[in-house]
Amino acid sequence: MFKIVIDWLSILAIPVILLFFIGFGYFKKVKVYEEFVEGAKEGFNVGVTIIPYLVAMLVAIAMFRACGALEFLTNILGSVTSKIGIPGEVLPMAFMRPLSGSGSISVMTEIMKTYGVDSLYGFMASTMFGSTETTFYVVAVYFGAVNVRNTRYAIPAGLLADLAGLITAVYICRLMF
Amino acid sequence: MLNHIWAWMIILSIFIAGVNDVYHELNRPATQKTEVKTEQRNLNKETKLGQVTSAAIEAANTSVKIAIGLIGVMALWLGVMRVAEKAGMIDIISRLVRPITKRLFPTIPSNHPAIGAMIMNIAANMLGLSNAATPLGLKAMEELDKLNPKKGEATDDMITFLVINTSAITLVPATAIAIRASMGSVNPQKIVIPSIIAATMATIVGLTTVKLIQYFHKKRGGKQNV
Repeated sequence: MFKIVIDWLSILAIPVILLFFIGFGYFKKVKVYEEFVEGAKEGFNVGVTIIPYLVAMLVAIAMFRACGALEFLTNILGSVTSKIGIPGEVLPMAFMRPLSGSGSISVMTEIMKTYGVDSLYGFMASTMFGSTETTFYVVAVYFGAVNVRNTRYAIPAGLLADLAGLITAVYICRLMF
Repeated sequence: MLNHIWAWMIILSIFIAGVNDVYHELNRPATQKTEVKTEQRNLNKETKLGQVTSAAIEAANTSVKIAIGLIGVMALWLGVMRVAEKAGMIDIISRLVRPITKRLFPTIPSNHPAIGAMIMNIAANMLGLSNAATPLGLKAMEELDKLNPKKGEATDDMITFLVINTSAITLVPATAIAIRASMGSVNPQKIVIPSIIAATMATIVGLTTVKLIQYFHKKRGGKQNV
């Protein structure tokens, strides 16, 4: 039921917004076409502006992923975290999630292939995936778009939020499984 | 902060890859050493250092593709937002959500377009409309930057907005459900409720952290730098 309502909402959201905004503007005698083009012009600049930020961030993340440090970390920490209820099998997901969206999709798929989609680990991995965003990517894109270089406490705060989300996901899955 | 993280990611990855390669090179079975000549080995694929290099180059290419790919939807939503702004629509939305946003973003004037853009971004995220969410989010950042006294440095409001975004509560985590379904799960939607709970927890912790940091900065005499 909930799922159906949300599905319909997501399908309807964009047409309704477009209809409402453009229609409302038109009847308020806004020169819709001219203003649309004026606003859309900025799209190119934003895309180009974020390139250096995205390159810097994604290159560092890709290097870090390729060097094998994550496997190493998982092996070391796995035995410790499994004592507090976080199995080492889902740790790669916890490390990958804030770093890379495509990377965490492949980690999730890998875990589900190895242990089964409907296994506890598969359930945990997909919940972890669904519960947070790729913090480093969001920081690069959002701050890059306005040329913000000094991100201050954004990364630590974002990562702390991720950590809370990931741990909650693991425990909730344990309870619900 | 990002300076340190970034530098260490690169330094560590090259160092770890190097150590890994040296270790494996020293421990190669003797038979393999005599049988496979160096010229026949594909070092670029075989060594961690080679993998790190190609990953870096590939990522640089992907970044440009992602950025260029954003331009179209970006232009569409920026155009729509401009029309909505001119029609006074954003103003109306901003005023409607003011009771909530007043607490989260105390320094933003109540009818500022940043509020409207942020709310629409959060709503799009909740519905899982990532194509619309990113452009709206970037629009919001642009508006927030207009209030930024120190260009190039993140404001408290920007970070608050970012943390809401990174811990985004999605009502239906569509990607994860789709992958579960494609892998033959009996109940792909099982993750909906736990995901919402976990994301809510992330948002609560993120917002608390951000607000605590902002509170302590204010107490220390309004100095903005960390």
